[in-house]
Amino acid sequence: MVLDELVDYCQRLYEDLDFRSVQAWKAAQPGRKAIGYMPIYVPREIIHATGMLPVGLMGGDMEIIRGDAYYQSYICHIPRSTIELGVSGRLDMLDGVIFPSICDVIRNLSGMWKLMFKDKYSKYLDLPQNFMPNVGGDFYVDELRSMAGDLQALSGVEVTNARLLESIRLYNRNRALVNALYDLRAAEPWRVPTVELYLLLRAGNVLPVEEHTELLQTYRALLDTAQRPQLDNSRIVLTGAFCEQPPLGLIRTIERAGCYIVEDDFVLGSRWIQGPVAETGDALANLVSAYLERSVANASVYIADKPKGESLVKACRHRCGEGVIFCAASFCDPALLDQPMLAHAVEAAGIPYTEFKYSENTGQFQVIKEQTGTFSDSLKLWGTT
Amino acid sequence: MTQAPATDAVQKERSMILQKEMIADHYKQLEHVAETGRKVVYTFVPGNLNELIRCFDNLLPVHPEINALQNGMRKRTGKFILDAEKQGHSEDVCTYVKADIGMLRAGNIGPAGTKLPNPDLLLLSYTGCFTFMKWFELLREEYKAPVAMLHTPYQGDGTISDHMRNYMVKQLREEVIPKLEQISGQKFDIDKLREMLARSREAENDLVAVLESAKHRPSPIDAYFGGVYYIGPIFSAFRGTAGAVEYYRALREEVEARVAAGKGPITPDGELKEEKYRLVVEGPPNWTSFREFWKMFYDEGAVVVASSYSKVGGLYDQGFRHDPEHPLETLADYCFGCYTNLNLPSRVALLSKYVQEFHADAFLINSIKSCNSFSAGQLLILREVEERTGIAGGFIESDLVDPRYFSGANIKNRLESYFQMIMQKSKGAA
Ligand code: SF4
Ligand code: SF4
Repeated sequence: MVLDELVDYCQRLYEDLDFRSVQAWKAAQPGRKAIGYMPIYVPREIIHATGMLPVGLMGGDMEIIRGDAYYQSYICHIPRSTIELGVSGRLDMLDGVIFPSICDVIRNLSGMWKLMFKDKYSKYLDLPQNFMPNVGGDFYVDELRSMAGDLQALSGVEVTNARLLESIRLYNRNRALVNALYDLRAAEPWRVPTVELYLLLRAGNVLPVEEHTELLQTYRALLDTAQRPQLDNSRIVLTGAFCEQPPLGLIRTIERAGCYIVEDDFVLGSRWIQGPVAETGDALANLVSAYLERSVANASVYIADKPKGESLVKACRHRCGEGVIFCAASFCDPALLDQPMLAHAVEAAGIPYTEFKYSENTGQFQVIKEQTGTFSDSLKLWGTT
Repeated sequence: MTQAPATDAVQKERSMILQKEMIADHYKQLEHVAETGRKVVYTFVPGNLNELIRCFDNLLPVHPEINALQNGMRKRTGKFILDAEKQGHSEDVCTYVKADIGMLRAGNIGPAGTKLPNPDLLLLSYTGCFTFMKWFELLREEYKAPVAMLHTPYQGDGTISDHMRNYMVKQLREEVIPKLEQISGQKFDIDKLREMLARSREAENDLVAVLESAKHRPSPIDAYFGGVYYIGPIFSAFRGTAGAVEYYRALREEVEARVAAGKGPITPDGELKEEKYRLVVEGPPNWTSFREFWKMFYDEGAVVVASSYSKVGGLYDQGFRHDPEHPLETLADYCFGCYTNLNLPSRVALLSKYVQEFHADAFLINSIKSCNSFSAGQLLILREVEERTGIAGGFIESDLVDPRYFSGANIKNRLESYFQMIMQKSKGAA
């Protein structure tokens, strides 16, 4: 496979809102099951350990025929596209959906799912906001145990410690490769365009982890064969796009406007746990302590002991970001309520920023192109951190 | 979220005077904390731990949502919101938050016209809405005050499990109580808490009798517009106090007297003489044009007999009572049970039950732009309730405290056509 073919393959997966690859995976062996999960973070290892396929659901840029009838105009877009996928039958191949606790919209969507798809498994996964091991940790163990019990019943496969440790090992490998690509992009951004990296991450939503890991490896190897010129772009850190995803055209626009994205929070669940989860001992406990101790800072998580924005400033320093783009979905409460605090922190650190909102079906990029282009030029002219 | 100032209704009853005095006294105490040395705990309405705060006798609670709504009623929030937006707060987010930030920037002069003291502690009892967490993160930045966080798990499966309750009790023991002790300088006394909880229960019994009275024809109360006054003390700074017990006893007696006399509810324009429509309403009211909004109902003879908004601070009518025998567990159960902490199937079931039990002939949703916690999913709620009850629902949109999103003429038109439709249906059925 050559690089372009690999990227095309990822793009086809991304564009396929009928989830044909998931259908094919299920059809390849009778009895196979697939479980959808909403952003941001769900411990996919547990789904994997039951032999089922975790499928990341991220709405999509599609014609909304019935989804809008479920939502008022002042609610973000991802729940309506998710409903659209559901009512149009495109999620029929899923045997259940997990809704992690991110915000009120996803939370309420979990109940809508229960009302609308009564014969399917749907689970609201409450991630703890208390990070003490004997308090939030104990609660989370119980939450995961209950979810594992449900999935076990659904799949008929017991989540043994050994199976779960094996799944952890596979996802660790996958995360390490994703992280390595992020590191490479930060070091030599002209070699790893964000559009490509993004498509690769999105492929991880629908492919089995083993296959996705291979894809990442192949991509990494192919990068060494590609000749890509270094441009005089500015280096920016993008934040706020952790749930509803911007359309591909928007990411492309930012890059074409002269920005190298050196850090972002797209498809954040794939990098939620920083560093590997322990691969020996009690597997469930390992997932819990990884969550408590090494979750990324995000608007959906309460940060008790650090100033807001500290991790964003750190990310800027670490990635040598020259500026920040606050890029949040319209009506995204967590991102938009967080933004003034983060903006304050980056401002105090002397890091310039710009901001705009998008929707997953935004079709016009001209204004964003001009805004990011001007921002990039101003960074080159006047501002570095 | 609730507690409106006592109305200047034509008929001032004893309960109204009691409530007015209670609120005035509370603001007075807040005004004088510098002299009295009392400490101030900011906290939210849904799932508030008033008994726990109040069992430290030098602590005083402040509820930012109540400041926001009272400022809304006084038409001050439009400017506060604009100011907050100018300072970088998004136009897309909850306007309670922006009204609060705007008030703070304008000198923190509260609705009573006096300066509100800064918080010594932000007690983030985070029930039924994620915005609360963000709100106190924002206030933490502004005030540099410590935060005690209580994460209430959501009733995603429509039930409360032991592990949810254990989690809450542990948080109360390890996070909330130690911080309250630290701020107050006093030791936590569980017996004092029990005493307060016993008083809460007494007041809760009387509140339920008041809410249930709407099952009569005519209903002696309006459970939405009037309801926001009735729930004020119990949802906020007074649950567990002797003042609240007295208030709810007086209120119950008044309402029972109205039932006996076959009277309808009191409105700002006097007693409603003819009850034409009995409504169940889902969603918070608008505060900036509260009177105008209410008038659109009583002018048509529409009485709200049950509302979900009057359950944001507890579902007492469904049987919950604070239990002095299990003081921490009962606080946990209270938080779990607040209306917006129920999953959508439970909300649909509850609303449908209200329609049936209160013999309502109309079901209306007031969808609030600000509030994802309430609003996301309401269009499905509408359909489900219609299906289960056979009643055609109505849907209007407004905001809590942002006057830009209250279009009086539009809402009035919609309501009038909705009531006409209900009338025609009932004539057709007759
Ligand atoms: S985009 Fe934001 S508000 Fe919408 S579902 Fe996602 S996190 Fe919630
Ligand atoms: S989003 Fe709704 S429930 Fe939450 S603080 Fe705002 S008005 Fe209250």
